[in-house]
Amino acid sequence: MTGTSLITARERALAVLGGEPDDATLRRYLHGIPGVDAVGLEQRAAGLGTRSIKTTSKQWALDRIIELIDLTTLEGADTPGKVRSLVAKAITPDPADPTTPRVAAVCVYGDMVPYAVDALGAAHGDPDDGLISVAAVATAFPSGRASLEIKLADTAEAVAAGADEIDMVIDRGAFLSGRYGLVFDQIAAVKEACRRPDGTSASLKVILETGELVTYDNVRRASWLSILAGGDFIKTSTGKVPSAATLPVTLLMLEVVRDWHLATGQRIGVKPAGGIRTSKDAIKYLVTVAETVGEDWLQPHLFRFGASSLLNDVLLQRQKLSTSHYSGPDYVTID
Amino acid sequence: MSFLEYAPAPESTSVLNLRDQYGLFIDGEFVDGRGTPFQTISPATEARIATIANANEADVDLAVAAARRAYDRTWSRMSGRDRGKYLFRIARLVQERARELAVAESLDNGKPIKESRDVDVPLVAAWFFYYAGWADKLDHAGLGANPRSLGVAAQVIPWNFPLLMLAWKIAPALAAGNTVVLKPAETTPLTALIFAEILQQADLPAGVVNIITGAGDTGAALVAHEGVDKVAFTGSTGVGRAIARQVAGTDKKVTLELGGKAANIVFDDAPIDQAIEGIVNGIFFNQGHVCCAGSRLLVQENIHDEVVDRLKNRLSTLRLGDPLDKNTDIGAINSREQLDRIRELSDIGEAEGAERWTAPCEIPENGFWFAPTIFTGVQTSSRIARDEIFGPVLSVLTFRTPAEAIAKANNTPYGLSAGIWSDKGSRILAVADQLRAGVIWANTFNRFDPASPFGGYKESGYGREGGRHGLAAYLAPAPVGGQAAITRSSRAAVEAAGSDAAAAAEPKPRRTRAPRTPKATTKGSKR
Repeated sequence: MTGTSLITARERALAVLGGEPDDATLRRYLHGIPGVDAVGLEQRAAGLGTRSIKTTSKQWALDRIIELIDLTTLEGADTPGKVRSLVAKAITPDPADPTTPRVAAVCVYGDMVPYAVDALGAAHGDPDDGLISVAAVATAFPSGRASLEIKLADTAEAVAAGADEIDMVIDRGAFLSGRYGLVFDQIAAVKEACRRPDGTSASLKVILETGELVTYDNVRRASWLSILAGGDFIKTSTGKVPSAATLPVTLLMLEVVRDWHLATGQRIGVKPAGGIRTSKDAIKYLVTVAETVGEDWLQPHLFRFGASSLLNDVLLQRQKLSTSHYSGPDYVTID
Repeated sequence: MSFLEYAPAPESTSVLNLRDQYGLFIDGEFVDGRGTPFQTISPATEARIATIANANEADVDLAVAAARRAYDRTWSRMSGRDRGKYLFRIARLVQERARELAVAESLDNGKPIKESRDVDVPLVAAWFFYYAGWADKLDHAGLGANPRSLGVAAQVIPWNFPLLMLAWKIAPALAAGNTVVLKPAETTPLTALIFAEILQQADLPAGVVNIITGAGDTGAALVAHEGVDKVAFTGSTGVGRAIARQVAGTDKKVTLELGGKAANIVFDDAPIDQAIEGIVNGIFFNQGHVCCAGSRLLVQENIHDEVVDRLKNRLSTLRLGDPLDKNTDIGAINSREQLDRIRELSDIGEAEGAERWTAPCEIPENGFWFAPTIFTGVQTSSRIARDEIFGPVLSVLTFRTPAEAIAKANNTPYGLSAGIWSDKGSRILAVADQLRAGVIWANTFNRFDPASPFGGYKESGYGREGGRHGLAAYLAPAPVGGQAAITRSSRAAVEAAGSDAAAAAEPKPRRTRAPRTPKATTKGSKR
């Protein structure tokens, strides 16, 4: 989130690629990355999914999951009232238990950013300080089918309205047809549009929409491409296509982030989004993060869950742990 | 606190219903042994689990006689379809008692519960299901119409996969119509004895399977017994050689599944993250107590350093400790004797100049433990590249070309298994074609399936287990001429008479009712 990261991102990309980020150079680089064996990847993810997280570990995990959630509403029917309700839930997830931590951010459409900022008031800020960020989806979310000018305007407007984080979508059509240079340039341009007048910059999450990339090899290449172009986070999905976040896809993206860190020392975040609804599933993701990139990554600037219904399931599990009684849906609030 | 120090998640032992002492399972009943009983201990704590009977030669006589009786009177005369029903019933009971079997296996053997629960026991059930399906289709086993069973099979199994090796031996033997005397390893008899209870529960006719416990001399007496028609052994090449010598000149059929020193070949275009997982799974699965373990890593020279670095990072995340904890990756070494051998060979590796790296992990105070270890700079002439260590020790060697990889992989007296890692399908096929090993895995390792034959080249033994090929070890082609006609007609007569007649042919001492033919449901299988 610093003003200098933009310059260093491009320099870093040039150094890693050994040339200008055009189609040919990117193709040579991305296709030189070792392939992914689908069976092996899924086997490893399934293995991580069998970890048994009990008692004190589970307690810690449930609280940490809440602290890593981007509480999301991305409906055509969203209204300012709906967003205010979401924000209230983000600030006070469980009114019956004041020890419940706050979520990391609320994630809304760009035009809802002012309402979210307003509703958060003093609670708006960096999750590291116990505050809540505002994330906005941009760049013609979820399809990404618009001209670059519109995508940049979309982004700049959300940043100007107070968004701390921008969740952009890549042009999957361009990626699949091999126009890697175009995808790179668009991400870099959106990153530029994330800059604020004071020189700071909103954090950029790059949505790969893995369900449309289909193969793991594509996901790995798109992950590298997004990081090279300056993304601060790589995110699995919009939640708007049937195949969203899965454990194998997230594992694969974490492996890229780990390798990038080894190569450059830079830490990139990962955000699985869409389809993670239960605490049990979310704990599998925590295990996968901790055993792939390390526990350091389990913090809001390096890992997020994009979710709406996950929070309530975590709250139910939390209540169960503290009271030893199973709770029910009427004991958590709807937003 | 550190999240990665996961809170303890031990599997409860309350599911076990162990006896303090176990007898020999002969003729459908537990009987006392006449040798000096011995203790079986948990290798993770060295605590005693139970007292186990020891079979002497007289007990072996009894067991073989019981198996012969059951063969003559019941099992060889029963239709394949009815034999299959018993096997299906056993498979279902294994599934029903899966948790109990997994806990007992981890307790007695030291392997992590996640492996006994997710690998061993499911495969045991799969093996019985698979061969149950073969029992009435033996005409298609590749030996022509009406192949005949051999008679009494003597089976001696090792301690690394106690229950799985039992299944590999018993399932095809029974499907083919043989009866069995099986001796589990001295350090891991527990699950075989629980399996004997399952046989009682399944109402398997008495004497069809007999399980006798004891040490090497019990096994030697069994193999040498003149009432035995077939010998099947899994274990060390040394003992295998002694067995081959012992049965030479007799008309006993023999299959041997012996040691290995498998090459796991990693080319520079391998899917690297999955290859690292495969290397780890290849040598550290079951503490490396695997005859087909990928104990020699052959890695292309240009990616050697990267692979070794990634491997060390990955090994640093492995969790060694209580085998019954659900998060344990590396359990205990099975016995002090085996631990001593692993230590000795590792010290030799170091003395020969290889560089030793050991994963940082805390070793529990009691029990037998060995942290995952990698040797780099290993030469083909090193002992640790030649001898089977049978422990969590990986020797890393390099190669430059596919031809060199093939030459180095084949340069071993063994030939049980090999692995190839590459994204290029044509290379995988070309290299696999030239490797002299019974099983070759491509972009995976240590995967087993009952439909897939398993066995070795050279000093890794002979014969195949699993699949259609595994049946051939327990069958002979029908005799030519008139005898075949008799066999056929007697079989037909049995099939026509129905299963009840065949099953009732076996008198059941000490039991009031005759064995029922199993039904297609698990009725009556409750404990």
